[in-house]
Amino acid sequence: MSTKDSRVRVDTHDGVTHVTFVERHILEEASIQKIGEEVGALIDGEVSPKLLLDFSNVEHLSSSALGLLITINNRVRAKGGQLRLANIDPQIYEVFVITQLNKLFQIHADTEQALASFK
Amino acid sequence: MGQASEDTVVIPSDRAAAERVERAIAQQLKDAGYSEQALFAVRLAVDEALANAIHHGNRDDPAKHVTIEYQVTPEVFRITITDEGGGFRPEGLPDPTARENLERPNGRGVMLMRAYMTEVSFNEAGNAVTLVKRRDCDLPRRDKAQ
Repeated sequence: MSTKDSRVRVDTHDGVTHVTFVERHILEEASIQKIGEEVGALIDGEVSPKLLLDFSNVEHLSSSALGLLITINNRVRAKGGQLRLANIDPQIYEVFVITQLNKLFQIHADTEQALASFK
Repeated sequence: MGQASEDTVVIPSDRAAAERVERAIAQQLKDAGYSEQALFAVRLAVDEALANAIHHGNRDDPAKHVTIEYQVTPEVFRITITDEGGGFRPEGLPDPTARENLERPNGRGVMLMRAYMTEVSFNEAGNAVTLVKRRDCDLPRRDKAQ
């Protein structure tokens, strides 16, 4: 799935699609659009997607990136799937708290916890 | 360290050009001894302001420009970002944390600027924003998010 131009790295574990963002800064519209296309294709390829978004490389994100996450969440839910977020840097987690998006997303401290939370 | 620096930069409505200015500012703040937390706050707020100026202000029109005036001193960082758009009324923005707006994919930029900066102000026309980050001000402040 991933190509050399990919903004994400994709692995699968027991039916869960584990998507790791490659870039440290998820800020620019063009980059966000590319990520949206890649993750959108993964969602479209599953009947009931179980998607784990891994932020371990991410140091900065913008409100546009938050918008992308909301769009991904809506698409996953529309297919009866499940979305989890994990490995978020404390400074970035604070952005989720300020915007109260920590109430919208299921956020886990690490990959292991996130994988265990899928039903 | 300890030196004040200031600059005025005019860029086209182009995110790559904005990114270069953001990196230059981050380097100057680092050189002036600002903390990693302050760098994160400034980067986030300036990126939101530049994205708004390019996209909402100049409508991504490459013929239009964004003027960036900034000053870094050991105590305070100040930046004014002006676009060529018709301006907007920041007080008219809906609350992005309201339950009915939580799942909307946009509308969080100004809120984040307010949470991460000591002061945020707009000119009367609504096409220029001034952001101030005092070095001794711990950010973000959740009470300022609205």
